[in-house]
Amino acid sequence: MSKVYITDTSLRDGSHSVSHQYTSADVAKVAAALDDAGVDIIEVNHGDGLGGASLTYGFSLENELDLVQAAARVVKKAKIAVLLVPGIATLDLLEEAQRRGASVVRVATHVTEADVSEEYIKAAKKMGMFVVGFLMMAHMADTAKLVEQALIMESYGADVVYATDSAGALLPDQVGERVAALKAALKIPVGHHAHDNLGCAVANSLAAVKAGATYIDGSLGGMGAGAGNAATEMLVGALKKSGADVAADLFRTMDAAEKVLLPLVAAKGKPLPRHDSNSLIMGYAGVYSSFMLHAKKGAERFGVDVRDVLIELGKRKAVGGQEDWIIQVAYDLAKAAGKPA
Amino acid sequence: MAQKIKAAIIGPGNIGTDLLVKLRRSPFLEVAYVVGVKESPGIEIAKGFGIPTTIKGIDEMLAVDDIRIVFDATGAGPHLIHAPRLRAAGKIAIDLTPAAIGPYVVPSVNLSEEIFKLDNVNMVTCAGQATSPIVYAINRAADVYYAEVVSSISSRSAGPGTRQNLNEFIETTTKALKVIGGADKSKAIIVLNPAEPPILMRNTILCRVRRPDLATIRTSIDLILADVKTYVPGYRFLVEPILQGDTVTTVIEVEGLGDFLPKHTGNLDIINAAAVAVAEKFAQRIQEGKR
Repeated sequence: MSKVYITDTSLRDGSHSVSHQYTSADVAKVAAALDDAGVDIIEVNHGDGLGGASLTYGFSLENELDLVQAAARVVKKAKIAVLLVPGIATLDLLEEAQRRGASVVRVATHVTEADVSEEYIKAAKKMGMFVVGFLMMAHMADTAKLVEQALIMESYGADVVYATDSAGALLPDQVGERVAALKAALKIPVGHHAHDNLGCAVANSLAAVKAGATYIDGSLGGMGAGAGNAATEMLVGALKKSGADVAADLFRTMDAAEKVLLPLVAAKGKPLPRHDSNSLIMGYAGVYSSFMLHAKKGAERFGVDVRDVLIELGKRKAVGGQEDWIIQVAYDLAKAAGKPA
Repeated sequence: MAQKIKAAIIGPGNIGTDLLVKLRRSPFLEVAYVVGVKESPGIEIAKGFGIPTTIKGIDEMLAVDDIRIVFDATGAGPHLIHAPRLRAAGKIAIDLTPAAIGPYVVPSVNLSEEIFKLDNVNMVTCAGQATSPIVYAINRAADVYYAEVVSSISSRSAGPGTRQNLNEFIETTTKALKVIGGADKSKAIIVLNPAEPPILMRNTILCRVRRPDLATIRTSIDLILADVKTYVPGYRFLVEPILQGDTVTTVIEVEGLGDFLPKHTGNLDIINAAAVAVAEKFAQRIQEGKR
């Protein structure tokens, strides 16, 4: 089987789980442990990518560029990645992230809007970065549409394209079908990023690799938005057992989770993501995983049921980045129920 | 009644053609030339109205002396080339591109006599037109130290010009929240939503303020809202201003008039309606011999 590259996103998607409260010292410890374990790429920044720190998505405790630098300083082999969502980030932030040590950028668009990545992918390629096209909410498009959009990103110069299951809404067969179609159509490698909202994150990743994906995402202890991502240590174990060629060492990856990241998160008093009725509804209704904590806050503020908020967001077809809609949905539900704002 | 002032439109794409339809209602302006660089539906529509057209660029139009106002709905690159030539020909440029050679103009906020002395003004971005008046209203009432806006637009309303320039779009909108809105710091986010039927433009505006008094803020916003409504009737609250701590939140929806573009493209409507409102004020001053 061909080599599978692991991208660990404990310090980016996992940042949602700690409400973006990582410190440079935290990041240095986790990045060093991941690098020592042999993980190929380490993604570091605000959960919503460069420029994500905001009232809408939550402010970070420390400037994310300082976090990028803290990670870049300690790694010997692993590459440092940042996430860039066109519409949120500006190119000057990407240039600064590169100066601070990031060499990979993942340019993320909604699955039907790949053409907004042109300016950013081309700029990043010109800067000499390794560029991953990240097609989010992959469940919202059929396979033909996904392939069409991936080809657009490839045409701009992307080095890899991901089918990103931001809502944790896909099942293993659906992932396999999508990845196989991408493999058949693209010249560049294909990746998959899973969320565990339906309990399928590891199974989906295995299905993706079986269908030809060679880039897979995880996070230590299954940190991440919604019910979290595929746990990196579990991915390493399962992929190795399936016969895939994975560089990371299983024991060391387990240790990075159990001895480094989890105690650090516990010390912050933050619970790990877990499967509950909210994350299940997100997977079932196809709602962007990062909405979860914001939806809980909005539901509390306006005295409505968070599940109603999530289902309504699914009905309104909110896409990634539309956390601002949560306020309105909660407000509307409260108003409809005759509750004062 | 005074004679209408003659205007031209460069770039008869979606924006330019919608402008053409809007300007046919204007009591102050008449479109006397439509300039393109290729055959297009916009050129055909202009011909249908009996308006002179060209697909060979701006030269012929520049030679028409009584055209006084020119709307540039091309792109930043072309406007940088057009601007000095329009100036040399003595024409007033209403710039709908991100070039922003002239100052940002938002009709409900900064239309002063100083502006009318200029010969190039910039219409910011659609998100800037939709959100900076509200930030301005909150700032004058409560002193905004941080403004953040999230504008959602339908995917269908975002043409190639927007899609290839999101970086500039965010930068310009962010700057307008400070320059026009008066915020000390600012952040602008834009999200394209592909839902069908298409969503109306929706703007979530969050301001952190030094004087959090909701009643004063509300009065100030209501005044601005009424003012914007005079040129964009479909500009309205989705969530009326609410206060939590020192953060004011309001959500504004923009429904377009449905002139040439469908009603869900309120984002394109608001920048065009603002451009027409500004140009009409220039035209009135020309009629009065003040320019």
